[in-house]
Amino acid sequence: MKKSDYTIIENRLLARNTYMMVLRGDSTQFTAPGQFMNVSVEGFYLRRPISVCDWSPSTVTMIYKTVGRGTEKMAALKEGTVLNILTGLGNGYDLSPSGDRPVLIGGGAGIPPLFRLAKELIREGKKPQVILGYNSKDEIFFEDEFIAIGADVTVTTADGSVGIKGFVTDALKQMEGLTYFYACGPIPMLKAICTGTDLDGQLSLEERMGCGFGACMGCTVITASGAKRVCKDGPVFRREELGW
Amino acid sequence: MVNTEVTLSGLMLSNPVIPASGTFGYGREFSELYDLDILGSFSFKGTTKEPRTGNQAPRIAETEGGMLNAVGLQNPGIHEVIDREIPFIREVFHKPVIANISGFSEEEYVYCCSLIDKVPEVGIIEVNISCPNVHNGGMSFGTDPKSAKRVTEAVKRVTTKPVYMKLTPNVTDIASIAKACEEGGADGISLINTLLAMRIDLKKRKPLLANRTGGLSGGAIFPVALRMVYDVYEAVKIPIIGMGGISSAEDVIEMMLAGATAVEIGAANLVDPYASRDIIRQLPFTMKKLGIDSLSEIIGGAHNG
Repeated sequence: MKKSDYTIIENRLLARNTYMMVLRGDSTQFTAPGQFMNVSVEGFYLRRPISVCDWSPSTVTMIYKTVGRGTEKMAALKEGTVLNILTGLGNGYDLSPSGDRPVLIGGGAGIPPLFRLAKELIREGKKPQVILGYNSKDEIFFEDEFIAIGADVTVTTADGSVGIKGFVTDALKQMEGLTYFYACGPIPMLKAICTGTDLDGQLSLEERMGCGFGACMGCTVITASGAKRVCKDGPVFRREELGW
Repeated sequence: MVNTEVTLSGLMLSNPVIPASGTFGYGREFSELYDLDILGSFSFKGTTKEPRTGNQAPRIAETEGGMLNAVGLQNPGIHEVIDREIPFIREVFHKPVIANISGFSEEEYVYCCSLIDKVPEVGIIEVNISCPNVHNGGMSFGTDPKSAKRVTEAVKRVTTKPVYMKLTPNVTDIASIAKACEEGGADGISLINTLLAMRIDLKKRKPLLANRTGGLSGGAIFPVALRMVYDVYEAVKIPIIGMGGISSAEDVIEMMLAGATAVEIGAANLVDPYASRDIIRQLPFTMKKLGIDSLSEIIGGAHNG
């Protein structure tokens, strides 16, 4: 973990209630896709934990949904604004058990960390299948970006306005020859994935956090090996750890 | 050169700054960030006889100038703490540590304190009779002078270490509770624990925390804590560790003027992991600015005249 200042170089609307922010600053604390950062927003006591979508040696990209007053304030920030951020938080995804044809399953705000994961898997010569789940057409973001890096993308929408009508699990049912899964999204989606497949995999959890670095015990999840902190021991857990 | 030393029950601290129980774990996370030996001491996570996983999530909510927590005393239990956490603390912190002990019965407090009494790394036992997030225990011992006194007496019988009773602000008259603890033989008083509070989710129309209520901490509670330290200082002769929303060197000095001999830093550590370190760094400069040569001379300074 590192605490440092970042300068906003881009902050724009990608889809309904969904923004992309690119920050200039140190990215050396990020070592695995699926890690997150905790962003201090002026006027709010606690930081906002937000997953990292991608990074370069001098920039960090995050995609976030406006879900409350804090993220609404973030959405209104202008280029040049300086943000104090704790970076390199959490464990991130482990690429080693992926096999040749892993499936990456993201729902809504759970999609962004899968982008860096897909990039790294492709770099290793894997052929990731990507399932992106949204509520409707106006919420779709990053489909083109996933396609551009060479991922095989399937889109689902709950209202059927684009792609497969239904949920990510409906797309998953139609796929064959998968070797492993990586998932990020709302808890009901994660549980439905586990109910619907025998594949082994990793799931990134979300919980209300106090500190984001393991001190306050605010975001505990009960696992096969006892109480774990989503922020420090996770956010990524192996399926067997969760027993789902 | 200003003097930041203070003394708690014969224990000399290089400065009065102590990260508060529940915001510092057992020091592991923070030992990776800075040298813990700069601290006056630290109070480790509230420890019970048995391991506890705490309450259901969500356990955290935000509020104006502060936060709510309903963790519910998640901890690995006293035996695990003595076997695994104390040896780690010995590696990273070379001063007496404060052991925060929580419980659900008088027997449990006695059991844990008699074990921790034998741990040489522990300089002070802070007995938490004030956790608002557990049921059938915790705070109920700290809301009645008689039971507060009884727990104090029971714990004092099984340890020779200084015993500080950590009090809840969720009472009508905190000074009477502090006085009862003093009569029971307490060596000092720690105050305040968090204020019982809640938030409601507007969309779900339900309490935001799964536990329904939680404890409010952070800058929002500083004036409440300050007033209570001030009142308790007038009521007892034993030293006070003051806490509640402290986030700057100025807050430290204000709390000491109200009557605290030392202070604990709580929620500030969670929003800025370097908060305690930065307050310690800033303290000599703030003292100079205010014309303070020695911190121990200002304790209770606001009561003069």
